[in-house]
Amino acid sequence: MRHIVSILLENEAGALSRVAGLFSARGYNIETLTVAPTEDASLSRITVVTRGSDDVLEQIVKQLNKLVDVVKVVDLSEAAHIERELMLIKVRAAGKDREEMKRMAEIFRGRIIDVTESTYVIELTGSSAKLDSFIGALDASLILETVRTGVSGIGRGDRILKV
Amino acid sequence: MKISGAEIVIKCLHEEKVDYLFGFPGGSVLHIYDALFKQDRIKHILVRHEQAAVHAADAYARSSNRVGVVLVTSGPGVTNTITGLATAYMDSIPLVVLTGQVPTAYIGQDAFQECDTVGITRPCVKHNFLVKDVSDLAVTIKKAFMIATTGRPGPVVVDIPKDVTAQTCVFEYPNTVQMRSYNPVIKGHLGQIRKGAQLLLEAKRPIIYAGGGVILADASEKLTELAHRLGCPVTNTLMGLGGFPATDPQFVGMLGMHGTYEANMAMHHADVVLAIGARFDDRVIGDTAHFCAEPRKIIHIDIDPSSISKRVKVDIPIVGNASDILDEFLKLIESQTGRNPVLQDWWTRIEEWRSRQCLKYKKSDKIMPQYVIEKLYEITKGEAIITSDVGQHQMFSAQYYKFDKPRRWINSGGLGTMGVGLPFAMGACFANPGVTVACITGEGSIQMCIQELSTIKQFDLPIKVICLNNGYLGMVRQWQEMFYASRYSHTYVSSLPDFVKLAEAYGHVGIRVTRPEDVVPALQKALTEHRNDCVFMDFIIDPTANVFPMVAAGKGLTEIIFSEDL
Ligand SMILES: Cc1ncc(C[n+]2csc(CCOP(=O)(O)OP(=O)(O)O)c2C)c(N)n1
Repeated sequence: MRHIVSILLENEAGALSRVAGLFSARGYNIETLTVAPTEDASLSRITVVTRGSDDVLEQIVKQLNKLVDVVKVVDLSEAAHIERELMLIKVRAAGKDREEMKRMAEIFRGRIIDVTESTYVIELTGSSAKLDSFIGALDASLILETVRTGVSGIGRGDRILKV
Repeated sequence: MKISGAEIVIKCLHEEKVDYLFGFPGGSVLHIYDALFKQDRIKHILVRHEQAAVHAADAYARSSNRVGVVLVTSGPGVTNTITGLATAYMDSIPLVVLTGQVPTAYIGQDAFQECDTVGITRPCVKHNFLVKDVSDLAVTIKKAFMIATTGRPGPVVVDIPKDVTAQTCVFEYPNTVQMRSYNPVIKGHLGQIRKGAQLLLEAKRPIIYAGGGVILADASEKLTELAHRLGCPVTNTLMGLGGFPATDPQFVGMLGMHGTYEANMAMHHADVVLAIGARFDDRVIGDTAHFCAEPRKIIHIDIDPSSISKRVKVDIPIVGNASDILDEFLKLIESQTGRNPVLQDWWTRIEEWRSRQCLKYKKSDKIMPQYVIEKLYEITKGEAIITSDVGQHQMFSAQYYKFDKPRRWINSGGLGTMGVGLPFAMGACFANPGVTVACITGEGSIQMCIQELSTIKQFDLPIKVICLNNGYLGMVRQWQEMFYASRYSHTYVSSLPDFVKLAEAYGHVGIRVTRPEDVVPALQKALTEHRNDCVFMDFIIDPTANVFPMVAAGKGLTEIIFSEDL
């Protein structure tokens, strides 16, 4: 099962490597990992997408909580939540492909944010699945480069992760 | 008044009432060593290898319930501590290890004797810090002591660059420190405790399975009281020995790979297991699927939530300090005199298992290792502190020396580190002056930290080394005999030194014992005439002796192999 784990931790040197090291040392998988400071600069928030049975996830959460720098951990996927990922994708956009690329970007509600004679950079936000289907919908030979941020997630409504 | 970082380090240790500092100097800790020179409250123990400093501090902690403190230099000083840190981490031992680091401006430049201490030690410590500013030094050291000793204890490293030890600032040592990210649970959940007590009172075949957590929490007396009230059998893990008196009739022995028949059978067939400060380790319950196939209810008390339901799903988890939680259990479970009559049938079965006398061993015209331990137990009246290395001799010690009190059995259970025995004995000696300390070892293990015979001379430690010399890396040889058709691949230890001469070269007494009838006189001589000396006893034992009973790796707890000679 896919889980999205949100971690609030002290914004200190080495804190990220403790989290990453824990996953590799215990053989947990990391599908994506994002990290940035929160509105409180002393705290960082990490979102990890991982896969594992409920038992494995229980261990992941317990082991994360054990790290001295970790303040709070939740499994967002336990309840209603929103996830978003940002992708920048550079595509060939010349000749007949140019119009088609623009149309595809529009269908997926992407934005073209850089234009040259032969290329576009398209910015696309959404669930990871949506980004995957966008890539799937394009002619693979036209994709020059992609970069994705990994998933960020937040609970819906009153579910708040804060100190 | 401003003082230097080096002086701050020493003052912090004074505040923490540190009496022994195990260490080894070098370039990046010169300022600290200079500050150490100017005081006399802390005694510095100069070891011969940094690994031994950590092991000694570790045993100091294990045998006294205080924090072990270590000081080493950067680079190789730190890398030499890794085995010690990992050993302490696996067994949850509170240590504060201060490491020198190259000056802050040099960090990352591959400076002389630089290593990424925080990175290298991270997976084998509870936490670590790099102090970049002298004004953070005191509070960081305070945090280190707090983290090392609270919750599930463990080693903490504080890495201090040389320039930080030279900078000055005003010294202020906080009484307490708060960390929003670190709040270990102490009190157990009362609802859960009530459910657990109910289950125990209704049980037909209960057992208490107690591990090292009971010893770390100093909860042995409470455990003993609870066990007496319940009238149920008690088994200890290798780490838990001494947590319940081994001579108590309710004790069924150690369980696990080399546990007794009665302990393993009782654990497997119990209907309610009360696990306290133990973690259902692979060496303890064998194959989990086999163990879990038998229906039973498990109550699990542990300070570390991640130890609960890690390998075996439990029914009633109770997170908290074993001592506090046992207090609550004692409030709920009335005192009872004598064995609980409801458990009559259960005890009948246990006594049947016990009557198998699984620890009987074969007769030989050579010295049997088990015999040496039995005699050591008798002569020391069970009151010695026994440190052990890793191998067959370790298991024999655990099986044949009966520990009635906690903190007398000091061994590397989790990591299984050969070489710990001698430095462990040093730490135990410093923490327990006047108490007999014996190191039971093998000719393989002892050579891994043998240089410490020199430290032992310098500090006049009257350690009794009991070397069970079988000429083989015995425990590995045993597996090769049993599982690799006796293909003894590289387990014969040839070219052994003459340990008697070696002991003498270091200024100690050496005794070689080759005949069974000389065992008792040799032990007596070492413990009376040479009471105040370090004595190295080289017992030339029957090399074919194996450790039984045995549950082979990956097998179920009841799939027990007995000594073929019985
Ligand atoms: C540092 C280290 N290396 C290797 C091992 C694997 N090992 C476990 S027991 C053992 C043999 C120990 O031999 P010895 O100290 O002579 O004790 P004996 O088993 O003969 O009593 C070995 C090599 C270990 N536990 N620790």
